[in-house]
Amino acid sequence: MTTTTENKGMAERGMGFGLRALNRLAGSDLLDRIRIRKQVERALFQGTKNGFRSATAAGRTFKAAQKLGKPARQKKGRSTGLFDLTPDDEQQMFQEAGRAFAEDQIRKAALEADEKREIPKEILDQANELGVNMLGIPEELGGVMTEQSAVTSVLIGEALAHGDLGIAYAAMAPGAVATAIGLWGSAKQEATYLPAFTGEDIPAAALAVLEPRPLFDPFQLETKAKKKGEEWVLSGAKSLLARAKECELFVIAADAEGIGPALFVVESGAKGLTIEDEPAMGLRPAATGRLLIDKVKLPANALLGEGAAKAKDYAACVNRSRIAWCSLATGTAQAVLDYVIPYVNDRQAFGEPISNRQGVAFAVSDIGIESNAMRLATYRAASRADRGESFGREAAIARKLCTAKGMRIGSDGVQLLGGHGFVKEHPVERWYRDLRAAGVMEGALLV
Amino acid sequence: MINLEIPKKFKPLASQANQVATEVFRPISRKYDEAEHAYPKELDMLASLIDGMNEGSDIGGAGAAGVRREKSDDGENRNGSNLSTVLGIIELCWGDVGLLLSMPRQGLGNSAIASVATEQQLEHYGGKWAAMAITEPEAGSDSAAIRTTAELDGDEYVLNGEKIFVTSGDRADLIVVWASLDRSKGRAAIKSFIVERDNPGLKLDRLEHKLGIRASDTANFTLQDCRVPKEALLGDPEVKEKGFAGVMETFDNTRPLVAAMAVGVTRAALEETRKKLKEAGVKIDYDIPANNQHAAAARFLEMEADYEAAWLLTLQAAWMADNSKPNSLQASMAKAKAGRTGVDVTLGCVELCGSVGYGENELLEKWARDSKILDIFEGTQQIQLLIIARQLLKKTSAELR
Repeated sequence: MTTTTENKGMAERGMGFGLRALNRLAGSDLLDRIRIRKQVERALFQGTKNGFRSATAAGRTFKAAQKLGKPARQKKGRSTGLFDLTPDDEQQMFQEAGRAFAEDQIRKAALEADEKREIPKEILDQANELGVNMLGIPEELGGVMTEQSAVTSVLIGEALAHGDLGIAYAAMAPGAVATAIGLWGSAKQEATYLPAFTGEDIPAAALAVLEPRPLFDPFQLETKAKKKGEEWVLSGAKSLLARAKECELFVIAADAEGIGPALFVVESGAKGLTIEDEPAMGLRPAATGRLLIDKVKLPANALLGEGAAKAKDYAACVNRSRIAWCSLATGTAQAVLDYVIPYVNDRQAFGEPISNRQGVAFAVSDIGIESNAMRLATYRAASRADRGESFGREAAIARKLCTAKGMRIGSDGVQLLGGHGFVKEHPVERWYRDLRAAGVMEGALLV
Repeated sequence: MINLEIPKKFKPLASQANQVATEVFRPISRKYDEAEHAYPKELDMLASLIDGMNEGSDIGGAGAAGVRREKSDDGENRNGSNLSTVLGIIELCWGDVGLLLSMPRQGLGNSAIASVATEQQLEHYGGKWAAMAITEPEAGSDSAAIRTTAELDGDEYVLNGEKIFVTSGDRADLIVVWASLDRSKGRAAIKSFIVERDNPGLKLDRLEHKLGIRASDTANFTLQDCRVPKEALLGDPEVKEKGFAGVMETFDNTRPLVAAMAVGVTRAALEETRKKLKEAGVKIDYDIPANNQHAAAARFLEMEADYEAAWLLTLQAAWMADNSKPNSLQASMAKAKAGRTGVDVTLGCVELCGSVGYGENELLEKWARDSKILDIFEGTQQIQLLIIARQLLKKTSAELR
């Protein structure tokens, strides 16, 4: 599979993907319609500058990394130390491109994708072209981001979920596996698995943490990894994996004998793995499925990090997943707000728009307040993660807000449309179903 | 770069304010809750100290006097006096809201003056303690309906009317009074006037007995042929369409401050409750899902999440003001969220702590009483929701009433 293009440096190609997506956007009148041409152009200028700089650096350090034999890691972010809510130029580029993609294509495909339980291939391809599954891959291994990019992932997740939460999940799920390997994998695991995620044909992959039982706690796993000589033997079940039937690679959370909760890299060909369809209330474009793990034998080096990953790394994985789900909930909450505003302004009752009534108007205010707070809490957790600060508390808080307020927003979205909100002619009933996922899901996505 | 942490340069200020709260406010908190209307004389020395702090720093102070909108469009991210003031207020109200409101020279009138006064007015009235008189018996949230009148007579305005709920009204040196130049012209004719407390036309009717913030005096006044010089009018004397909007804009600066007060008292209640729960053997864990923990821990996490939401919205509103971004929407969001969270959380903490929380041996019950005003003054919860809704829905006050 090695070709000249492959060797050219994946960072450069990653930028090319971004360029291609943006170029297509630039040609359409979409940018003018949503009045973001200026921002995109400015961000593109900045992003291109950085992208090409990364490409050269990647070419050089690639060899050095090989010699060192140490796992490649993205750098921690730096900060001026000032409170700031403005994304940097590179992030703005991703954000604007993600928003345009969501509005122009994801939203339009969402109804059918929900019905068919399938994400359209062209949407998946374009999400990959945008680079949504490469954010956690170190530059040396073909990634496009020099620094850790939880905030960038959050901004993209938010942007895509504004189009559709289920599609965003399906599109971003492989990136969780790449990011997990990029953050905690050994040099060998990185070299073995990450190149596939920087190519054109990105494999379906799943970070499998959630288990099918009430009161699931990711720190009390029932999926067990028993030590048998040099080998591990895994047994258990994992829930609600995106595109489960297509997955070629899994990172599975299991309670490892003598270690505690840990992650294992498992290829789909491993004997003892089966997939069961697991349709749910929402997330339907992700064609969710259950992974049954029946005494799957794994070599010692299947343990992610090959012994170097610690308990705190597993906790970080759980919390980074929670942040990712918060980003999706935030995007969808914003979608609810943006959808109900014109609806309640247009809808007439008793001779005037229903938004002239406080009972309706105040519900809109609350959606505005709580969705804003969900976003800020999610950004805080992600930015702490990027700078290498503790972020477990902040992730828990963001999750609490996105679970409770996010669901309330989903419910109010339907309520404000009344009977019309209950039928599939409007997307709010889908958002109602999808927003419930934010408090249910563990793992599956990663920032 | 996105960063929602408190900047290092403000940490000394926050820590000083916290020391004041710990060493000065908390020890006398209960004393002035019981001795309503007694002047907390301990605050005089402290006020001088805070004046000194404000004087000696370019980052604004711990009180309300510090907020003046910065004008800048160089595109550089700025953390300025709005943010530092909010941080100072949070710490001080973690100590005691009533005492913060009683701090000489830190009144909301001061922040109104700081926001719109001319250089001459600043010179003339600077260094004095200013209270704010807006509410009337028949006009609360509906400030456009105020009946107090101001008539120009030669070089003086003559004020007549009745004002209630004037925070620090008895103790302040100045009262900023809202009055109408011409009642037939509606809200456009409403202006604010600086009245000296010893003006013979300003008569104190009574001091209120209240649910909370008892350390702070709340005065009712009658203005009877109260004459003030022409120069006492704050802002533009012309009656213009947009005039009232200008007056209301000062609230964009002060709403985040009241939100900060609510954030402070909320944090106080949460910290105390966390301690009490720990003593009772309930540990709060951030990794384990809330529903797998003790019900009290799950409730605590819910309250802490609302607290953090209020805190973040408050910082956002202040940060936007520091960076000259229009923040009327975010200021109201912060005020609405912090106001209701303050009440919900302080009451929830009393509930969790049972009779210990309800009794006067602890301050939890006091915080639950103090917090209620913060969801009322400077615009009630309902008024904030109105402001937010009008902005989000692009409605006029005639359409969405």
